[in-house]
Parts: sequence; C-alpha cells; structure tokens
Amino acid sequence: MLRIRRVEQKIIDVYWDDKVKSPVHLSIGQEAVASGVCETLEPKDVVFGTYRGHHVYLAKGGDMNAMVAELYGKVTGCARGKGGSMHLIDLEHGVSGTSAVVGTTIANALGAAFAAKLKKLGIVVVVFFGDGAIDEGVYHESLNFASIKQLPIVFICENNGFAVHSRTETRRNSDNICEHARVYGITADRIEGNDVLAIKKRVGEAVDAIRSGESGPQLLEIMTYRWMEHVGPGEDFNLGYRTPEEREPWVEDDQIAKLRAQITEEIVTGIDAEVETEVEAAFEFAENSPFPEPEELYQHVYG
Amino acid sequence: MSTDSAAVGDRILTYPEAIREATLQEMERDDGVIVMGIGVDDPKAIYGTTAGLQERFGKDRVFDTPLAEDSMTGMAIGAAQMGLRPIHVHIRMDFVLLAMNQLINVAAKNLYTFGGAAPVPIVIRSYIGRSWGQGPQHSQALHSMFMHVPGLKVVAPSNPYDAKGALIESIRDNNPVIFVEHRLLGGSTSHVPEESYALPFGKARIQQPGSDVTIVGISYMAVEAYRAGQYLKDVGVSAEVIDPISLSPLDMDTILESVAKTGRLLVVDNGWLTCGASAEILASVAETVETPVQLKRMGFAPVTTPTTPGLEEAFYPNAQSIAVMANQMVQGKSADWIPEEIGASEAAEFRGPF
Repeated sequence: MLRIRRVEQKIIDVYWDDKVKSPVHLSIGQEAVASGVCETLEPKDVVFGTYRGHHVYLAKGGDMNAMVAELYGKVTGCARGKGGSMHLIDLEHGVSGTSAVVGTTIANALGAAFAAKLKKLGIVVVVFFGDGAIDEGVYHESLNFASIKQLPIVFICENNGFAVHSRTETRRNSDNICEHARVYGITADRIEGNDVLAIKKRVGEAVDAIRSGESGPQLLEIMTYRWMEHVGPGEDFNLGYRTPEEREPWVEDDQIAKLRAQITEEIVTGIDAEVETEVEAAFEFAENSPFPEPEELYQHVYG
Repeated sequence: MSTDSAAVGDRILTYPEAIREATLQEMERDDGVIVMGIGVDDPKAIYGTTAGLQERFGKDRVFDTPLAEDSMTGMAIGAAQMGLRPIHVHIRMDFVLLAMNQLINVAAKNLYTFGGAAPVPIVIRSYIGRSWGQGPQHSQALHSMFMHVPGLKVVAPSNPYDAKGALIESIRDNNPVIFVEHRLLGGSTSHVPEESYALPFGKARIQQPGSDVTIVGISYMAVEAYRAGQYLKDVGVSAEVIDPISLSPLDMDTILESVAKTGRLLVVDNGWLTCGASAEILASVAETVETPVQLKRMGFAPVTTPTTPGLEEAFYPNAQSIAVMANQMVQGKSADWIPEEIGASEAAEFRGPF
C-alpha cells in the first residue's frame, strides 16, 4: 500500500513539470483493495484492471520502473511508452492488462479464466472494475458465462461510489450489486470499510476455494473511496458533486496509517526508507530513459 | 501472381465442406484451437461448417455460447492472450456489430497498446450476403469498416479452395482476422486438396488474364466479375479479372501491374461504395500510377438493403451490369451491348428457408 501511495504522490509532485505524458487516474485511498486482494494470490495468478490501475499493477508485482517509465512515455515502459497510464501490462508478474474503456477487461479476464481451466493451469484470475462497470451489459454477460462454465475467476468490484462524477444510487434502482450477482449463481459478498485485513481474509477464502475447485466464480464488492479527482493530480471539491466532509471519514480511517500504528517505529522507518529508495529510483529510471525512436510508430501494428 | 486455377484436380468440395475441413485439420494440429459461437453445435451447424466438431473434439473446445457477442468476443481475446486460438463464429455479420468495442478497442489494439506484449490470435467468422430477402439486418457486408482499423486483417475468399487455405492461414496468424463468408457461395464447389495448406494473405488471384480492362471483384462479386469476363469475350473485350482474396493486407501490386497493362480499372465491391474497399483500391491506384487510368467502381446502391425481389435485383451488381460497364469503359459509353445472361444464378437458385 505504501509503495502505491508514494508512487502516486510522486506522480502528483512531478505532474506540473509535464513529465507524465498521459492522463492519470490515481488510486490514492483505494490502495487497500489491490493490496488486500493481491496478497492472497500466487505469482502465476493473473489480474486484469482498469484505467485506475496503478495499485493493481504494483500490488500484483508489476515492475515499478517500467510503470513510471510508461507514464513518462519512455521506451523502457511496460508498453514501450505506447500505452501510458491506462494501459499497463506485466505478463511476467501476472498483470494481464488494463483498459481505458469501462467494463472491457471483465470479458478478457473471463477468457483468461476459460483458458486456465481448459489448459488446467491451476491459476486463479482476478478482475478489478469499478461500480460504473456494473452498468455495462458486458458485466452481466460475463457473470453469466463465468457461472455457466464455473470458471476460476474472482470479480472484484471496487465500489468507490462514483462513475466519474455520477453517484451509484443515481445509476441503480437499489443497493443490490451482490444480490444481482447471486441471481447468476455466483457467490457474492460485500466487504465494508476499505479494511485491508478484512479484504485479505475474505478474498483469500474465495481464492483458496476456487483454486481447490470447491467454489465456482465469486464476486466481492469492496467498499472504498477515491480521495483525488477522477482524472488528474488534484482534488475536485470545487466541482460540487461531493464535499470534503464526505471524504473525511475515509481519510481518518487511512489503512496505511492504521497498519503503521500496529508496528514498531523502527520497522516503519525501515519500510519508509526502502520504499523511498525504490520510488526515487523508479522516477530516476524514467527520467533517464529514452523516448521511443520514430520507427517505433509503425511497429506492433501486426504481430 | 500466376493464373493457376483453384479448381485443378478432382477432389470436389463445397465451400462449407472446405471451411469444416480447414477447421478440423487445424484443431487436430493444435489443441489450442477452439470453436465457439451461437449455434456452432446445433443441428444446422452453421451451414454444416461446424458439423461433427463437438463430437470429435469435445464440449470444452467446441461450444455454443449465450447470445452475448460483446462478452464472448472479449472472452475470445482473453483466451487468445493465454495461448488459445479461438474461432468465433457468427451466422450474420450484422451480429458482429454487437462486439465492436472488443474488436476495435481491444483486439485490434492490444498488440500495439501493450508494446508488442499481447498478441490476439483470434478468427471472427461471419456470414454476409444476398439471398432470399435477408434484408437490412441479415445481409450487410461491412468488410470495409474493418479494413479501416489498423491491427485487423480482413479476408473474403470466393471459392472453396481459397476458403480452406485462407481459414488455415487465419487460424495460424497471430492477429485478429475478420473472415468474411458470403452465403451465396455455400453451393459453390471447387477442387480442394485433402492435405492442409495455408494461403498467404496479401496475394491476389488472377482468375482470368486479359488486356483491355482490369476487373477486381470482392467476395461474391469475384464470381460475378469472372462471369462478366466470360460474357465480354462475345464482344471481343479481354478482361483481366482479379480476386484480391484478402482485403487487409491488400495486394495492390497485382492490381497495379494489371492496370499498367490495361489502363482501365473497374472495382466491383460486394458492399457500399462510400469509404469502401472500392474507394480504397481506386484511390491507391490513382495516387500511384503515372499515366492516367480510366477508373470505375460498382457496388451496393447507396440505400438500406431491401428485401423484395425487384428492389433487391436493382440493389446488387451482377455479371450483366458488370459486363455492360466494362464494355463501355473499353468501347465507349455509346456501346449498347447487353449480355443475354444476367448472372447471380446462385441468387436465382436460392430457396429459403435455410
């Protein structure tokens, strides 16, 4: 969680220098979701995410240097600078891709889970999406197919209450995401409070049960909150769609601060120093990396 | 490209039989090949093209899907990323429109967007075509829309020989391939060798050599263009008839070589003209040749596809209208020859329901 927080804070610091070359959808405040979930996974397991995907990428073990370089548009980036913040990938570490179109990777994750089952790979696929994706038809189609084929997949709905600036309750007739999933024959639970340890526990149960074949697909709705604006490095209370008071309890319940309070000062200092070194090195790596050569424009259209 | 005919030999298969054979042979060769789509395991088996595949390869590799084109296309993409080679079958190209997000935003782009890390080897088979009042939402040929998008390949073979080879090539290709099948070709036959063979993309076939006018026919219009070429012999017009087979990549070299010889080019598309394959071919020729070339194109009328026979007849080009146009390009607009035969005999013979 701290690695994610510090990388994103550093993104904010350098943002106005125009070093970051793509729109950023920061996950600050939602780190617990990715960290809690990915803590339960094995390296061979596969995750898919969304354009708000820095936390998923890093939590699953994606290379930090390659991520920052990708944001800088450098050829050493995880997508050679051609994808930017919204298109992160690190197949070696099981990060199978993020997408800029809401709901899109849900279906792609379905395919990875199908292939995993057919080839008996013994892996679990996890797909992260926001509550906005629940509105998309592809989400419902995907739950249905996952249930029919009993695929080894965990659907993680990061419910931060907003699709861009539109509240969940204006887009749904009732608070029934889990109930809806159960209609498709999918085990579903809500995890309240953005609580990283509760997330780890409940997702771990799901992952273990799916891996052992005791459970079919599961959906976990994880309640969380986006601290920053939808896209960009700032806050957005001036827009008037939410208030600082609404955010306050989430900030007070900051999962990073809570965990820090549970360990000794000495360990905290050590972790801080380690993370600081890693983050600084990643930005330095990005700074010092070259942009793609012009010829690169025509590469990777066809393979 | 040589003028070797697709039909040399005596092992005669229909178009659907060729498609089925290509699929079966590739599924035997590579256990990552799967066949999915609405109705692939039903008694009609997509005009017979998937008949018996589920019995042979099991329900895990050949399966019916929910009516959910969007997610199923995304599913195929994700499966491809994990090493499978899905063939997703649609009984109508019109239904592929339900999957455009996944095809255009994901399949076409993932390789590039992820800097080469994530190829998407999928084949999208779908049916287009005139026949028996199929009309506006059951016959559209939208290959030009797919040609517009970098990252997609588009192929539209017009005979069983090419269909088998092009499908095998499509399955082995590491890119998303839009494989276009015209329903009127269902009854067409040609020699199809039993052994497996891949037909390289980007190589056109010269169906008939000639010197007066080049006629390029796309998909089923390759059949009508060939017939027109035969009719034109009656008035001493020598037409060189070309079937591009694959539209993206497109073999412009063969077309340009032919045009350099004939000085006249008529492109007959099995689709609308505006921003279409015909526009692309003519534009490529116009901006490449040094001496002026006479350019014409034919295709669907710029209207929604009608169902009633009289309007349908006027909507589509046929061998007769193609021959008239080509003859006037060669002999001048005053030439009033009209061949006795109309062409489109497949349409005349077609009887629904199917």
